[in-house]
Amino acid sequence: MTSSYAYVIAGMVVAPIAGALLSGMDRIITARFQARMGPPIVQPVYDVIKLLAKEQTVVNVWQAFCAYGYLAAAAIAVVLFLFRSDLLLIVFVQAVGSVFLVGGALSSTSPYSQVGAHRELLQILSYEPFLVLVTVGIYLETGSFKVSDVLAWEQPLLLKLPFLFVVLGYALTVKFRKSPFDLSTSHHGHQELVKGLLTDYSGPLLALTEIGHWFEMVLFLGICALFWATSWIAMVVIVAAVYLLQIVIDNVSARMNWRWMLGYAWTTGLILSAVNLVWVCHG
Amino acid sequence: MLGKIVARSRVKSPWSLHFDCGSCNGCDIEVLACLTPVYDIERFGIINVGNPMHADILLVTGAVNHRNRKVLLNLYDQMPAPKVVVAIGSCGLSGGIFREAYNVVGGIDKVIPVDVYVPGCPAKPEAIIDGVLAGLERFKLA
Repeated sequence: MTSSYAYVIAGMVVAPIAGALLSGMDRIITARFQARMGPPIVQPVYDVIKLLAKEQTVVNVWQAFCAYGYLAAAAIAVVLFLFRSDLLLIVFVQAVGSVFLVGGALSSTSPYSQVGAHRELLQILSYEPFLVLVTVGIYLETGSFKVSDVLAWEQPLLLKLPFLFVVLGYALTVKFRKSPFDLSTSHHGHQELVKGLLTDYSGPLLALTEIGHWFEMVLFLGICALFWATSWIAMVVIVAAVYLLQIVIDNVSARMNWRWMLGYAWTTGLILSAVNLVWVCHG
Repeated sequence: MLGKIVARSRVKSPWSLHFDCGSCNGCDIEVLACLTPVYDIERFGIINVGNPMHADILLVTGAVNHRNRKVLLNLYDQMPAPKVVVAIGSCGLSGGIFREAYNVVGGIDKVIPVDVYVPGCPAKPEAIIDGVLAGLERFKLA
């Protein structure tokens, strides 16, 4: 029973702190790529505290509800992951959170919010089916959807599911709002449709969406770490390598449009997933 | 205690909105130069956001005219408290050499309350950075 409380506390406290530090590292690494110094690593914490202390301007009550819904879903998904629960459930809970974020943006009549919300829905369409396929691949290999069984599997999943790992990488690029897939709202404060999806969220509500984003970063990097769950060092290396790759790709690519994103993600996603799933089934 | 944490976070994370009120773009180029690697204001936590609802600092250039004064007022009103306004360049301070023109209102403080005045034509990036950091003193008092 005490270990359950420890998991919940780890999920609700340690995960956002880890997400904040990861986000800070992201900004420093990006700055160094651009021959700049970059902010201190705890900068995202300063940003969120400042936003929480700003005057609240809200479009309507549904926007506030949706911001809280997004944060709640992201936090619940992380806590479920720490409880080593069903991976399919975790994927669907975070999907519900993403739809809450879109709903909050749609509740505003600003064209930036509306177009940003539609682009976010297209982004969700680009990666969500492939998250499910990755989970199916894990099921076909280990015989279970549960994270506890994946952690107990003697062989690293990456050896049998390399292409699905690449597909997961694409999902991460979309989820972390990195170029070339940062259509709805871009990370790093870049402007696209002013701030796209997040245009009308301001002050404390924007802080909640940022904290929700930290939870999602931790969750997705955790799912990446499952691909070599036999060794702690390997998990850290995989997470670091994937995160660094996302930052590099962000810095070298330009933002593309939704038609390209949808076509590219579905083409490569379906081909890679099909190859890997057939291999796991019959290999 | 909480007040000190909040004040420190406000000083450490000032998001700026830049608006050109009819400037020749000289001062605007210097403002954007501050974002480049040579000056790099992101190390102070400053992000140039395009959305007034996300901004803490309003950087305004240009002698205001009767049309964009309404836009300037609109942007200022959309910014949630606490906020700081920095007027940049001689045109922003008093209308500069265009002060007597028929269409020029003559300075940003004729439209919105200004906290920091940064002179120059164009204002140097170092002066702009000094001005923004002086404006952050407002967050310490609040």
